Amino acid sequence: MDLKSLYTQIITENSRATHNRHPVIGATNSLEGINPSCGDDITLQFKVENDIIVDAGFIGTGCAISQASASLMIDLIKGKSVDEAKHYIDIFFGMIKGEIKEDEVIDELEDAAALQGIAVVPARVKCAVLSWHTLEEALEGKSGVSDHEASENDDAGSSYEEDGDGLSLN
Amino acid sequence: MSLMSDFPILGADENGKRLVYLDNAATTQHPLQVLDAVRNYYTCDNANPHRGVYELARKATDIHEQARATVARFLNASRPEEIIFTQNTTEALNLVASSYGMKYVGEGDEIVISVSEHHSNLVPWQRVAGARKAKLKYLYPGEDGRYTGEAINEIITEKTKVVAIAQVSNVLGLVNPIDKVVRRAHEVGAVVVLDCAQSTPHMKVDVQALDVDFAAFSGHKIYAPMGTGALYGRYDLLEKMPPYMSGGDMINQVHEYKTTFAKPPRKFEAGTRNVGGEAGLAAAIDYIESIGWETIESTEDRLMKLALDGMREFPEVKIYGDDSSAGRKGVISFNIGDVHPHDVASIMDANGVAIRAGHHCAQPLMDFLKINSCCRVSFALYNTEDDVKIFLDSIMKVRSWMGLGS
Ligand SMILES: Cc1ncc(COP(=O)(O)O)c(C=O)c1O
Repeated sequence: MDLKSLYTQIITENSRATHNRHPVIGATNSLEGINPSCGDDITLQFKVENDIIVDAGFIGTGCAISQASASLMIDLIKGKSVDEAKHYIDIFFGMIKGEIKEDEVIDELEDAAALQGIAVVPARVKCAVLSWHTLEEALEGKSGVSDHEASENDDAGSSYEEDGDGLSLN
Repeated sequence: MSLMSDFPILGADENGKRLVYLDNAATTQHPLQVLDAVRNYYTCDNANPHRGVYELARKATDIHEQARATVARFLNASRPEEIIFTQNTTEALNLVASSYGMKYVGEGDEIVISVSEHHSNLVPWQRVAGARKAKLKYLYPGEDGRYTGEAINEIITEKTKVVAIAQVSNVLGLVNPIDKVVRRAHEVGAVVVLDCAQSTPHMKVDVQALDVDFAAFSGHKIYAPMGTGALYGRYDLLEKMPPYMSGGDMINQVHEYKTTFAKPPRKFEAGTRNVGGEAGLAAAIDYIESIGWETIESTEDRLMKLALDGMREFPEVKIYGDDSSAGRKGVISFNIGDVHPHDVASIMDANGVAIRAGHHCAQPLMDFLKINSCCRVSFALYNTEDDVKIFLDSIMKVRSWMGLGS
């Protein structure tokens, strides 16, 4: 698949789709995922009841690929068990890395299978995987902000703080 | 006539496809003249400068010092000893901040920078302000992205010790009124640190005419190798500044418990230098001067006008800063409707056009413009009208792929 079909088939439509773009009332898990180098920023929220993801949504900004990927992922995991969600995450990462190639397996991802085409633009892989990484970490119980490349010192109020993680001037 | 034939990387590949390279503000490509100079250095002249008494070491030392004289001529410094070689603009600005800033900015003093600064002329000053308990203050532009004399006169006060500003912003592409900044800064006794990373590729920078105290640029943005650059500093200031890094070459005499430092510029050049890169830097400056600023400016200004005129035809294209070509150098930043800049850049890439997308190391400016990121097209002396035409065609392609317009 070339980039054009990737964009036109799935991405444009999904990144504009609004049905998954909302905060989740009574969310049990909430995690913000950031790609600092490109500015993609997604807060993923979901509600788990009796091990089932009964509701999920996301808010944030980013490119069409990151937004579409988040929306497609939510379509897939809503109503599924936590274990099933983890299973999909494994397939998704396997597909992106090119380790899983069998159509029967990839088809389990439903519409999200279209993101297999991201391999033609390696520079954009991190956009496609952001929401999936965020989901993986949220399922492990992480909350707050997940920023893979850096951390910042949020210690406002004090006049000047600088340590190994950052500086804060106020 | 196009200069593209001097630049091997810009030639057509075996399929007849060529790269339309419009990310020159990030880094430029290299002409054969520069590549040959680097190769020639390592083929014929390589030794450790200043550290050998044999003939080859003398040759390497000569190349090192001749390159310094060439950079001094390029910036019109009053003497070569005012030029310190650095890895890039970032290192040059850090040198000023660490050495001058940490010593001569004190508690309650003020540092003024503009909100459109590149992170490399911003974070070092945050650190100086924090460590020295000084106040960091920002100069803001008007709606058109231009800085006014009134704003400059107001923000710079008797407490200001350093004013650090770019001559041309790497996002807005507008030439800042450095004369007004210098007049006001010197009136209150502050030094002016000029970031010339985006001006040196496109216009003659004359540090004496500008009357700035420090100026920094990167070789890799003016067709020279990565890892080259320089800081200009007024000699009397360099003399009273402490060293930046210390070790070999920057000393006069070392005893067990006492060291005397070399005079500038060597006081600031610790360790073995990138002489091969400097040979390339000197060749790049010779190359620019052989073409001449008049030719470079008229070529680039024509391309800039062509691009701006074409971009204005698209209702969804938003250009940041005053969208006229007057007083603009090198770069145009823009967005296309609500299409994310990374999508724009990927689609353009599929069309063989390289542009930059992101925050351009200027996050405070992105906040000021109330955007997360933007696209940037930037020109160099080898670009052609055909490049601009393909770029404008690519905007059409983005619109159609993303379902904008008709
Ligand atoms: C205005 C400006 N200042 C500073 C820099 C930093 O240059 P370098 O990364 O070569 O140190 C750049 C370019 O990246 C720039 O555009």
